[in-house]
Amino acid sequence: MLSDTGQKLYHWLDERFNLTPLIDYMQHKQVPVHKHSVWYYMGGVALFLFIVQVCSGILLLFYYQPGVDSSHESVRFIMTKVNFGWLVRSVHSWSANLMVFFVFVHMFSTFFTRAYQKPRELTWMTGFILLVLAMTFGFSGYLLPWDELAFFATKVGTDIAGAVPLIGEAMKIVLRGGDDVTGATLSRFYAIHVAMIPALFTVILGLHLLFVQRQGMHEPEAFKKLKPEQKKMIPFFPNFVLRDVLLWLIILNILLFLAVLFPWELGPKADPFVSAPEGIRPEWYFMFMFQFLKMLPAHIGFMEGEVAGILFFTLGGLVWLLTPLWAFKKRGKVDIMLLCGLLVIAFILVMTVIGYVY
Amino acid sequence: MKRNRFLNIILGGGTLAWLGSIFYPVFSFLNPPKRPEANVHSVKAGPADKLAVNSGEIIKFGRRPVLLIRMDTGEVRAFSATCTHLDCIVQYRQDSKQIWCACHNGYYDLRGRNISGPPPRPLDVYPVNIVNNEIIVSKPKQMG
Repeated sequence: MLSDTGQKLYHWLDERFNLTPLIDYMQHKQVPVHKHSVWYYMGGVALFLFIVQVCSGILLLFYYQPGVDSSHESVRFIMTKVNFGWLVRSVHSWSANLMVFFVFVHMFSTFFTRAYQKPRELTWMTGFILLVLAMTFGFSGYLLPWDELAFFATKVGTDIAGAVPLIGEAMKIVLRGGDDVTGATLSRFYAIHVAMIPALFTVILGLHLLFVQRQGMHEPEAFKKLKPEQKKMIPFFPNFVLRDVLLWLIILNILLFLAVLFPWELGPKADPFVSAPEGIRPEWYFMFMFQFLKMLPAHIGFMEGEVAGILFFTLGGLVWLLTPLWAFKKRGKVDIMLLCGLLVIAFILVMTVIGYVY
Repeated sequence: MKRNRFLNIILGGGTLAWLGSIFYPVFSFLNPPKRPEANVHSVKAGPADKLAVNSGEIIKFGRRPVLLIRMDTGEVRAFSATCTHLDCIVQYRQDSKQIWCACHNGYYDLRGRNISGPPPRPLDVYPVNIVNNEIIVSKPKQMG
């Protein structure tokens, strides 16, 4: 009876929107199965966490009030008075961190399997833009509770933007809404966090997913060399999608476990006339940059240390974005790209560890 | 052909002007208007004997934070509390008798000179006078 109604509904829609070719396309799409297949799921996990972010973020919007006199108070209210408010806020914070983590994992897995090569150059580039947007999400969202750590992290972060040659000062003033980090900054970060970045992110994510769907999954070198009859494949729909959903359920459980057992804290309210507290540090995914800037001397050659540091990261980011255009081919046993990737990971890990230990 | 080229220029120019007429107001809108800052020349920072020897305190100088320090000798000095590195707010360290920025571990001596860590410039020094036991902090001359 129910399936009968379902069939009728499908026919009604199919008659009007011609759905059959779409379903056929998805059923014919094949996903390779090999020892590195697990990495195919990382992008999906990041996507799932993004959906969690949108949902929990919308819930928080019902109570959050941006403003110097209301931000900290409303977040405190959400955490102490609103039913399950502590849970929603904790899920939002944890899921944000997990999302950035999985975006990094996804990025490095595509780097090491050389999935950025022709014809997937634009998929890599849109992916990198999504990573930068995810970090901007994190940076702008960090300030919104208006607590002490967030206040100083924002002061430092926007001041770093100010050191960019030529346009830096103007950029800093536009970001801060004035010379200093004040209520005006809070309003701007709120607009950036809940409207501007989500809109941009959705468009770029749409493109990224469209590219993936059009081109199908990347096959690693060893798999590509196999004869057609030796290649093991599973259909994208329903086999791969169902596995994806199962993994999403596992991630949701881990997320809830973390959110319940390690609820996200809220620090003391920001005060622009109090010294920066000891142990101030940004979110973990900015730690490697923070630590590197901290270790630079005041002057490097004719440049101020921080300007040199910013130049280094800007150029590094640009080179990374353009990987598909300069990537070296593997020659014999020497794999330069593998070394590049390991070097970048080692730099990030070492700087992060130093940042937390010292 | 000539007419074609003329039309292309008119169309292209029109499109550019149209984009400009959209983006110029948007960028101008995002650039915050200058808010007049009360021109503070000096502030009273409370009785001198209330500030303990070998201690520091942040006071408001208009919209800016200023660090007031009473040294072992009893002398009171004042510096801009904004670190010249990345804008954090510095503090007085009683143990090392130096000015310290917790954000990136920058140190200044008690004349405001950057002595270690990333700060590229010294802190601005605010002149201090004590009149009838009242600490009066004035604006540095170079700040107008």
